[in-house]
Amino acid sequence: MAIWLTKDSKVIVQGITGGEGSKHTKRMLAAGTQVVGGVNPRKAGTKVDFDGTELPVFATVAEAIAETGADVSVIFVPPAFTKAAVVEAIDAEIPLAVVITEGVPVQDSAAFWAYNVAKGEKTRIIGPNCPGIASPGASNAGIIPADITPQGRIGLVSKSGTLTYQLMYELREFGFSTAVGIGGDPIIGTTHIDALKAFQEDPETDAIVMIGEIGGDAEERAAEFIKANVTKPVVGYIAGFTAPPGKTMGHAGAIISGSAGTADAKKVALEAAGVKVGKTPSETAQLMRDILS
Amino acid sequence: MDLFEYQGRDLFERHGLPVLGGGVAETPQEARAIAERLGGKVVVKAQVKVGGRGKAGGVKLADGADEAEARATDILGMDIKGHTVHKVMLAETADIVEEYYFSYLLDRANRTFLCIASVAGGMEIETVAEEDPDRVAKIAIDASKGVDEAKAREIVTAAKFPAEVADQVVDIAVKLWAAFVAEDATLVEVNPLAKVGDGRVLALDAKVTLDENAGFRHPDHEALEDKSAVDPLEQAAKEKGLNYVKLDGEVGIIGNGAGLVMSTLDVVAYAGESHGGVKPANFLDIGGGASAQVMANGLEIVLGDPAVKSVFVNVFGGITACDAVANGIIQALELLTQRGETVTKPLVVRLDGNNAEAGRAILDGANNPLVERVDTMDGAAQRAAELAAAGK
Repeated sequence: MAIWLTKDSKVIVQGITGGEGSKHTKRMLAAGTQVVGGVNPRKAGTKVDFDGTELPVFATVAEAIAETGADVSVIFVPPAFTKAAVVEAIDAEIPLAVVITEGVPVQDSAAFWAYNVAKGEKTRIIGPNCPGIASPGASNAGIIPADITPQGRIGLVSKSGTLTYQLMYELREFGFSTAVGIGGDPIIGTTHIDALKAFQEDPETDAIVMIGEIGGDAEERAAEFIKANVTKPVVGYIAGFTAPPGKTMGHAGAIISGSAGTADAKKVALEAAGVKVGKTPSETAQLMRDILS
Repeated sequence: MDLFEYQGRDLFERHGLPVLGGGVAETPQEARAIAERLGGKVVVKAQVKVGGRGKAGGVKLADGADEAEARATDILGMDIKGHTVHKVMLAETADIVEEYYFSYLLDRANRTFLCIASVAGGMEIETVAEEDPDRVAKIAIDASKGVDEAKAREIVTAAKFPAEVADQVVDIAVKLWAAFVAEDATLVEVNPLAKVGDGRVLALDAKVTLDENAGFRHPDHEALEDKSAVDPLEQAAKEKGLNYVKLDGEVGIIGNGAGLVMSTLDVVAYAGESHGGVKPANFLDIGGGASAQVMANGLEIVLGDPAVKSVFVNVFGGITACDAVANGIIQALELLTQRGETVTKPLVVRLDGNNAEAGRAILDGANNPLVERVDTMDGAAQRAAELAAAGK
């Protein structure tokens, strides 16, 4: 089954004709994803060829949905146009919008999130500034390398792209149901809690890896949720124990403000919720291996 | 980006908020000239981006231009919690009757914005919130609706502002929100917002943080950046489009992806515990592509730090496969030689992921005596720490 993205998902790409958009459309197709078209108002009506697969370009998300039955949009448009692209996806009521773009102003993210809430949250937003979502062997919406791991029964949710790949690689002997990269921005659509809830309910997921990093208190809130609602085993990893306060560490949201948002506080909260937290990615993988074997 | 108080004051003034007259000086002579212009009593305030400057002696009253010049002489060059004072702000004084607190900020947990307001201003709001939580009002702001007059009234009522200042605070709340949105701020804080002797309510301090991601629609924000405070290596990295943060250790770090690099810092710090306490020297994320050019730029920055004794290159090959990364490292070293840089520090390289075997074979084949390959992240961190300890 996997969560949110299955082999039946029909994917469109907003920004399909751009550099990143076209590069990753090709990769998504190669991974077996049903990419059914793209959106670019200036090139509407044309077709784009991806190694022999011709995809139609539509003027709007609504038109793309009407013509193709798409239920997922992956957004690769530049930061200045991201808000408009997400608002368009929300207006078209697409069930899943994956926002890959890095560098979106936080007021824009807050604005499209508020818009989504006002419209009744018909669209699940993942990101921005995220690697997307992959259900290995089934479908891939975003930039997560498709060939790291086969299909399996571990679910993963992470703020970080490369740490997602690292853990998928270390646990490739088991395989993954779905990996969700929720992104490293201060305001994001889908949270750790949303993914934990979905994995808990997914009959094809047996155990969960949760990766966090410094900044905010999303991990602490996830720990409370786990304590009350998650019965499947969860192992955790937090990056940034040695990060100095007041410095942004790559991700816009990865900053310790005063004494808030430290890795230590997150680790303590997760352990209090019964989550085994690894000191390094390898140790985290070993904790999961011990649970599954 | 955090602004200095004087930049915040100017920003407030541009957006029609009530502030006192003031100016910024880098020398005692400039301070004197501003004091003469303002006339009478002035307050001389150290411009540092850290709290507690008053306690540290960085805020002084001065009666007239002579005293202002003397106080500026005292304060300029002072060290406040590791920040050297390069500028002082001079401002008119006010006879404060009451001090309030007012701010708008990002509320990550609720994916929106928050207003915090209190009639107990002039001190740390965290302290007030702890000791007297009833006196601190927190009001969620709907990002799609913002703060209009009705919302501002709601805030003023919730924070129990006195009736005689209510209209003024409502006006300030609306204008401050407009400034917050127009400038793409993530924080605007006024502490104190003060009622003065003649009944006016004025913003007597200004703390502003701007969203760097929104820089593309604010070309004027770049001029607000404090170039003097930026580490020269951080500045050089920024000019090359690299995400680099200078730290105070000996093991240079290069990796791809913010999370993996943060994790690398941790793993190196743990390894350092058994190798003379060596620590990571920097954070450097070269991103997903990791081309030879970018790798060379990254190595140049990291090796430009004299404290660095060894370098740990930690790459997970995802979309860019490890063979391409390995070629990138070899070419980067050649590029550096061509640029006239002599590389003498050992490099420990860990490659994993897509096409790892091929990448490792390329590194082995290149037979560069400075490049050592270790296949696990933990093992490579141990080795890099060991080499750094030996080089100290």
